[in-house]
Amino acid sequence: MQFIKDRFNYLFNSTKGLILVAIAMVAIVTAIWGMLSGPMAEMGVREIVIKALGMDIVQSEREGRIIILYHSIAMAIVAIETYMVTGLLKMKPFFKTAINSIITVGYLTTMVFGMGFAYFGHNWAFHGLYITGLSLIFFAGVLLCIALFPWNPEYYVADKDYAHTKKGLDLERTAFFATAVTTVISALFGAVPGSFYGHGFETFLAENIIRYPEKTVMQYSVIGHLHIMLALIGIMLTLIIGRWLNFKGILHKIAMPLMILGTIVLNLGVWGVVTPLEPIAHMIIYVGATPSMFAALLLLIWDWNKLIKDGTAHIRKPSFFQKLGGLVHDPLKFGPTWQMLFMNFTTSGIGIFMAIRLDEIFRVWPAREERIELTGHWHALSAIIATIILLYYGDMIGLKGKVRQLYGWSIIFFSDLALGAVTIFEMKRLFISEAEQQPLVNALMYAIDFGLGLLLVLLGTVMVWRLIDLFKPKGRWTEEARHELAREVSQ
Amino acid sequence: MKSIFLSLVLAAALLFSCAPVDLNAPIPSFNTGVDPSAWVQVPAGEFYFGQHEALESTGAYEIMVTDVTTAQYAEFLSAALDEGYVKMDGENIVGFYPGDEFHAVKHEEEIRAGDWLFIPLADPSQRIEFDRTTFTSQAGYENHPMTSVTWFGAWGYCKYYGWRLPTEMEWEKAARGTDTRPFPWGENIHRENANFYSSRDPFEDMKTFGSRTSPVGFYNGQKYGEYQTLDSASPYGLYDMSGNVWQWTGDVYEGMHYRFMRGGSKDTYDMDLRLWVRNNATPTYFSPGVGFRCAK
Repeated sequence: MQFIKDRFNYLFNSTKGLILVAIAMVAIVTAIWGMLSGPMAEMGVREIVIKALGMDIVQSEREGRIIILYHSIAMAIVAIETYMVTGLLKMKPFFKTAINSIITVGYLTTMVFGMGFAYFGHNWAFHGLYITGLSLIFFAGVLLCIALFPWNPEYYVADKDYAHTKKGLDLERTAFFATAVTTVISALFGAVPGSFYGHGFETFLAENIIRYPEKTVMQYSVIGHLHIMLALIGIMLTLIIGRWLNFKGILHKIAMPLMILGTIVLNLGVWGVVTPLEPIAHMIIYVGATPSMFAALLLLIWDWNKLIKDGTAHIRKPSFFQKLGGLVHDPLKFGPTWQMLFMNFTTSGIGIFMAIRLDEIFRVWPAREERIELTGHWHALSAIIATIILLYYGDMIGLKGKVRQLYGWSIIFFSDLALGAVTIFEMKRLFISEAEQQPLVNALMYAIDFGLGLLLVLLGTVMVWRLIDLFKPKGRWTEEARHELAREVSQ
Repeated sequence: MKSIFLSLVLAAALLFSCAPVDLNAPIPSFNTGVDPSAWVQVPAGEFYFGQHEALESTGAYEIMVTDVTTAQYAEFLSAALDEGYVKMDGENIVGFYPGDEFHAVKHEEEIRAGDWLFIPLADPSQRIEFDRTTFTSQAGYENHPMTSVTWFGAWGYCKYYGWRLPTEMEWEKAARGTDTRPFPWGENIHRENANFYSSRDPFEDMKTFGSRTSPVGFYNGQKYGEYQTLDSASPYGLYDMSGNVWQWTGDVYEGMHYRFMRGGSKDTYDMDLRLWVRNNATPTYFSPGVGFRCAK
């Protein structure tokens, strides 16, 4: 009994254990449901999985199923970020315990019963539990906002290295707070149309209504919700990475106000799509996105500069290549900001290019081609967010030496290979005709499958290793159960 | 070193993948026994429209049993060129379209009255050949759906014979009948029901040219060599309402110049073959995966 109790305490009562469980849940869902589409469907694997697991797939309900799948994965990611925030930032122990407990029950309920409802027949009790899970996550979010409230003098800072006001208001904490508050409000932005469209099986995917000149308020709300939630997950992760790396100095002082401003304006723009501001909502969004992205760039510059300095500290006058070596000597510290930079190739760059040349290029193509770009670039963004979390996780569990190098570089190389290929796939119509594309498509698919496949194998290996570790009386988990993220922030 | 080697191998694979595709590779020839000049009557009345099954109704109309074939389109072009209904403009066939009402809505482009592209003769995947006097179908493609035809080219064909393109509602009713099925033949899709991406039909080779069109009415339950099809007619007896080629429909919507297509194609996954799925493009768009049929 003590054996189970100790493990349970680690998995559900320590930050690192909670993160491990959430990563494992996402890995399981990704591995199984990844077999239902794309090349796996072509190879007939989908039919085998459906039969083996007894799934009930009704054609007309595909959109509803996918929405529940996206929410199930997203809620686990939101939970992981929440664990990181409660582990990294100062807050009252009561809040930390309450938030972590509620969000854990919330995302597990959402995932288990949501997927049960969507893919295994319509047990309406499951649907009720799915909604209950989402509601719990929302409530945990409200508690997080309260816990992060930055105007509490207890959390004021005096250290000149960190951004703060004259009175001592911690601007980094304020940025976390602004992101948490806008996330909670933006969740409502999806919950309301979610209720409007009934049980989720009478709804639509946003990419299927592009080009319609007239959209309802509810449709705008759904489109706004999915965009802003992903953006906010990205912004929160950027703040988390900054805290983990101990972002500070002049660039921190510039970045944090920008992050607060960008987050608020970005959200105002998105919420504006359901108001008379709709015609200029996109302009407000661009205005909000710019300072946020600039703040992320400042983090990258600071991080790379620090990595180079740390990596060449023993050399008096380092050459360019020595500096480069210093920059990349630790893939787990270099990787997160590199992935943020790479994201500009797969997501931001594509998005900006599409926005600029929309009518001249993309709206000349059929809507299905435009859909490929849209879905491709936000899938790529989601995957990049996942890889950044995995890189931080690698550092969190104390990977060292060759294993650290192998783990870090594998994540970077395999994901960038796959997502680079996805980006070329999305944009292929720019340089190859429909009739002549097949060999290129095949090659890109090999690259995508190779990259994502090996990434999943790596993740699976880590999960199996952690599972084996749990059976050891003095395994790594015993150490992790005692450590808190805030004490492991880089110095 | 290993990663450099791996990168080189992948780069070589990508470069190799840009090798030209033989768009005129031999294609199997089958007689489906389905008459492409046949029409069916769809009675007036209510039916379930769209994914969420809104109850709508249409008047009575007739619609073609199959897509218009390349042979039929070649015959049309020969006659229409003689009569001046269409004309050559360089390597393109163009014809008159009276234009649409323009509302200057965001992203809307004006479609003025004038000559518009019907088909591009120089397109590498064009299956219509022209010897400066007569149009013919490329050998082997006579009973395949006419593709690489713009919306104007589809509209012009139907109008020439006094017909029209079906509206989206007419198209969906003809495909679905009066129940809520997602596919013309019923609830589920199998590879032998339709020509879709990687459906392993006798016309595709995913290693080289990929998916190609199948003859109209191919999925009628016949066995072609070793390949057994399932009878996949719609409740009203139409073929190829899911898969093979997207089909242009006739609606012109206020505030947008896009024209809508239905049915999915040889290049899409099965989810796009569901009868309520819509696709759209500018009316000048043409593709080896887009065809049409007429209504009257």
